[in-house]
Amino acid sequence: MTPIGIAQIVVFFAIVLAIAKPVGAFMFRVFEGQRTFLHPIFRPLEKLIYWICGVREDEEQSWIRYAASLISLSIFSFLLVYVIQRFQGHLPLNPMHFSTPNAPSFATRMTPDLAYNTAVSFMTNTNWQSYSPDTTMSYFTQMAALAVQNFVSAAVGIAVAVALIRGFARHTAKTIGNFWVDVTRCTIYILLPICILATLFFVWQGSIQNFKGPVTATTLEGAAQMIEQGPLASQEAIKMLGTNGGGFFNANSAHPYENPTPLANYVQMILIFSLAAGLTYMFGRAVGDTRQGWTIFAAMALMFLAGVFICYPSEQRGNPIVNKLGIDSSYTGIQPGGNMEGKEVRFGIAESALFATVTTDASCGAVNSMHDSFTPLGGLVPLFNIQTDEVIFGGVGAGFYSMLLYVIIAVFIGGLMVGRTPEYIGKKIEQKEVKMAIIAVIATSFVILGFTALSSVARFPANGYWNPAGAAAANIGNNVAHGFSEILYAYSSGAGNNGSAFAGINANTPWYNLTLGLDMLVGRFLFIIPALAIAGSLAKKKLIPTTSGTLPTTGGLFVALVIGTVIIVGALTYFPALSLGPIVEHFQMLSGKLF
Amino acid sequence: MATAMSSPPEKKPEPKSKQDEAALISKGVRARPLFDPEILRRAIKESFVKLNPRMVAKNPVMFVVEVGAALTTAFVIKDALAGVRGVFFGIQISVWLWFTVLFANFAEAMAEARGKAQADNLRKTKTDTIARKILPNGKFEMVPASKLRAGDVVFCEAGYLIPGDGEVIEGVASVDESVITGESAPLIRESGGDRSAVTGGTKVLSDHIKIRITSNPGETFLDRMITLVEGAVRQKTPNEIALNILIAGLTLIFLMAVATLPPYATFAIGAIGKGTAPTVAVLVSLLVCLIPTTIGGLLSAIGIAGMDRVMQHNVLAMSGKAVEASGDVNTLLLDKTGTITLGNRQAVEFIPVDGATESELADAAQLSSLADETPEGRSIVVLAKERYGLRGREVAEHEAQFIPFSAYTKMSGVNIDGRQLRKGATSAVAKFVADAGGKVPQSLTDVSDRISRNGGTPLAVADGPKVLGVIHLKDIVKGGMKERLASLRAMGIRSVMITGDNPLTAAAIAQEAGVDDFLAQATPKDKLEYIKNEQAQGRLVAMTGDGTNDAPALAQADVGVAMNTGTMAAKEAGNMVDLDSNPTKLIEVVAIGKQLLITRGSLTTFSIANDVAKYFAIIPAMFVSIYPELNHLNIMGLHSPQSAVLAAVIFNALIIVALVPLALRGVRYKPVSAGQMLLRNLLIYGLGGIIVPFPGIWAIDKMLVALHLA
Repeated sequence: MTPIGIAQIVVFFAIVLAIAKPVGAFMFRVFEGQRTFLHPIFRPLEKLIYWICGVREDEEQSWIRYAASLISLSIFSFLLVYVIQRFQGHLPLNPMHFSTPNAPSFATRMTPDLAYNTAVSFMTNTNWQSYSPDTTMSYFTQMAALAVQNFVSAAVGIAVAVALIRGFARHTAKTIGNFWVDVTRCTIYILLPICILATLFFVWQGSIQNFKGPVTATTLEGAAQMIEQGPLASQEAIKMLGTNGGGFFNANSAHPYENPTPLANYVQMILIFSLAAGLTYMFGRAVGDTRQGWTIFAAMALMFLAGVFICYPSEQRGNPIVNKLGIDSSYTGIQPGGNMEGKEVRFGIAESALFATVTTDASCGAVNSMHDSFTPLGGLVPLFNIQTDEVIFGGVGAGFYSMLLYVIIAVFIGGLMVGRTPEYIGKKIEQKEVKMAIIAVIATSFVILGFTALSSVARFPANGYWNPAGAAAANIGNNVAHGFSEILYAYSSGAGNNGSAFAGINANTPWYNLTLGLDMLVGRFLFIIPALAIAGSLAKKKLIPTTSGTLPTTGGLFVALVIGTVIIVGALTYFPALSLGPIVEHFQMLSGKLF
Repeated sequence: MATAMSSPPEKKPEPKSKQDEAALISKGVRARPLFDPEILRRAIKESFVKLNPRMVAKNPVMFVVEVGAALTTAFVIKDALAGVRGVFFGIQISVWLWFTVLFANFAEAMAEARGKAQADNLRKTKTDTIARKILPNGKFEMVPASKLRAGDVVFCEAGYLIPGDGEVIEGVASVDESVITGESAPLIRESGGDRSAVTGGTKVLSDHIKIRITSNPGETFLDRMITLVEGAVRQKTPNEIALNILIAGLTLIFLMAVATLPPYATFAIGAIGKGTAPTVAVLVSLLVCLIPTTIGGLLSAIGIAGMDRVMQHNVLAMSGKAVEASGDVNTLLLDKTGTITLGNRQAVEFIPVDGATESELADAAQLSSLADETPEGRSIVVLAKERYGLRGREVAEHEAQFIPFSAYTKMSGVNIDGRQLRKGATSAVAKFVADAGGKVPQSLTDVSDRISRNGGTPLAVADGPKVLGVIHLKDIVKGGMKERLASLRAMGIRSVMITGDNPLTAAAIAQEAGVDDFLAQATPKDKLEYIKNEQAQGRLVAMTGDGTNDAPALAQADVGVAMNTGTMAAKEAGNMVDLDSNPTKLIEVVAIGKQLLITRGSLTTFSIANDVAKYFAIIPAMFVSIYPELNHLNIMGLHSPQSAVLAAVIFNALIIVALVPLALRGVRYKPVSAGQMLLRNLLIYGLGGIIVPFPGIWAIDKMLVALHLA
């Protein structure tokens, strides 16, 4: 590790810490329906939307109606994205003529399975991309279908978190808020204003925003290079803020237009964590005890720092095999040293390792370096982050409600250990809460482990529809342990609604598109529905007064309990699989084996 | 003993020793050591009976183990028949998997056996007696007790067993209830009031009573007691169900984690071109080691043992839910009299007013109390004697007419030698003086108020129209009460004193005893309202009671402990019956409830934490033929893949047995704050749970090698 590298990480964390409170306090006002400084500008727009959609602002919903509204919106979103993709050849803003007879030879065909996978992916805030956007999607599709979902799916995630927070904050209540109002307010007062500012910032830093087609340049070597363009600055902000992560280009945030400078890179990372960090503060405010929020924040922060300080030194140390060849990969004044494979020179090791950790702590999935090229331990961190359901700040809303499900499990076991029916924030944690929390954990582990197993051994006949002939595992670019990590990472990324790829796997076949689609749906909705059920059940409960006999849910001991629960449940579930992937690879690397 | 009573019964149909025996038996079971040979024998036998898959299926974790054991056994037999080499390993694994199930069964059987032994003893005392039923025409009819129906009236006299639960409607008798309570001191049962309930199977020692039977055969208190101690109808408590869901969920996750390993291995073998896939025995071993067998195997034993511990305190809990709820109690309603204070008030001071002298007052007070048999009355006589040397006089020499206390006059006293001596409530005495033409001095009210403020009870004394002074009666707070209430507070439980006293008196005693709140001049309705109000604020309330008018409050409270001496109505309304009728015991019951939950939580934590070490034993063993590099994970340096797997399975099985005593006795519980308790238990069962298996598995591995078993 280098002093400058450590400083970058520390400053980053300090900024996240500093913005948590103002962001959270603002979000609290917005979702409580209190007036903010943005109301003079946006309130008429909000009212107009309610008027058009026939939403009654003061009408509250039970958890079942809340969930039903959410699902209906998700189905509509899915269909809209699917249809736009399938008809993009007939729609405007398609300078490359994708999905038309005039499409360039390198274009990817928009098949039904790809359109399905992508629609699910963006509707679930995963932004897994089985395709390469630059060779597949028209500008119209990117803007009207994908970018819109970046806003909507983020707002949906936050709405669920807000509903769950209300479940704790309310007592003896039948309702948990109005889904349509929450989504509207989230979009108008939070996502939109921040994105407008951030977009202008990215343009200043060098991102582009136009409708032009690609231009061809001649490189210094004399080769022709096609440089793509498009309306991408406007998508960059929501891609990070909404923890969506779906890139405008295949290279995602490694591309100079998407992430032009180290400063832009820094802002991108802060955008990823900002709302999730704010939610912890908002939670504390809503339940009337900000220490409760800071405790969650502390648990997340410690896990974040642990991850980044495993990943960063692993990358900075570099590959011992390369080192043994006499190649100097130490840090000096003129070279970053370490494992630079797959990393951008303008970001260096620290900001790449930090980005990889942040993007997988949150369910963002944008990448500024290739995780596939990380050292085994460096790559293990993002993988394990995803497998523990991205609870370290996490995806907007999703990270928070996932974390609370783990907190419920921790409180249940810890609460018993102090001799009372477990309680959290004055609410008894009983059968229903435990059942719902465990359903969520079971569901994700089932799809991740199950689909990885299927894809490890599935074989397909020649000329079949699902996959090219032979093993499904043949789609991976590397073999043995590393190849196994690629499959495991893909399904973990899908179920975790992360969307980042380890890369090295050709996932654009009906088999992978279908299974990853299911994987994403399970990961999204079998977390959301239990979370809302818990919200409904908690809201109904009576508030129990806190006494010295109550399990203390603030302070260091509880932080340790929560972290222990997340790590142990995650580790126990995935240790066997991980031992056949990154762990064995690490030992093999130490003994000098390569893939 | 029975002989302590006056008027020994003429008839003695049974030898005295038999009833002593009954008392000894029920006491004896309670005092029985944890591993009594008889109980042990019974439990071992039961462990095999419980292998029946239909019984194991109630416990999802152990069911998975049993299916795994059966599967492994089947494969071993198949291999043995095919003459495959190395079948000895498979046999050992199978044996230990079966042992895992047996050990869990043993834990449950041990917990049940204690209750069953006690139930058997109770059954022995339940002999069918002949009852003397009183017919409408007043004649007796001899009928077997089992033919009695609710509403029948029977006659019962000294030496006979009471044929069924009922209410005394006529007469008074001393009754030996040792069958139920284990306590052989006889109790007085009389018609009317709160001591009218009698229990079937108990025995009248003196006099005779008429009893109206209140329960049908098979539904008596004794029947219910047998069912309860036997645990035959044990229902899972809410927390137990929630915990079961959690461990069943974890079991599912681990099932998936293990089931996906063969495909992963197939992939790796295909890619690397060497190695063997893990065998069924190894896969099942890993699964059994990972699923929470420790808590799964001990969970029901913990619950049964918790009920049993309550029973050992001579409290009969009507359901496990009640025991569990007592751990959650936030507010404890304690009756002042008999619980916080000694049952009676004592005279501590004579305060003369209006020019009377102290000895004048003491003399009048003693005279007026000579016929007063209440503890208060006696304490006045004693105080006068001790302080002023006034001896009890032979009142027969005088023309004395005693005026007993009545609720109407609120006074008692004596008319002697033309004097009208009265003592009683200040207001009542003031009225008496005024009626007699006397003047009530202001100082009487002042002194009375001062005594009340200090928690005492003022008793005014008057001689005809003249007020002599006030007797200061004081409630004596039980020794150690303050400390016990403080420890309750440390556990986060508020104590509330219920008293009929006025608010001033109540406040003073409340302060002296250290209760958090008090309810003065409490009527049964006030009590009920107080409970409802507490519950509306989300608090759980526990209380004790014995009278019929306590019944609604007992029913409303989350934990209602009825005194065995109390009425049937009270006993039916509460969800626990204290056979010793000691209201202070509520505090112990709360501790047991907490201990029950702590034991469950701690063993769950321990069980899950154990998995870490097992991974380090089994994962390298499982895949070392494919990836030799994974031997780096064999940090315990286990001898061979086979010894590693076997050691983990054996450790997993033995830990269940090793923890049986802990499950039955409960985790040590001290009344400290939740934070301290969490820290302690996390360190012992969380951190300890991660560490302990490493040396454990290592040692077993060494032993297996030494014994040439692997």
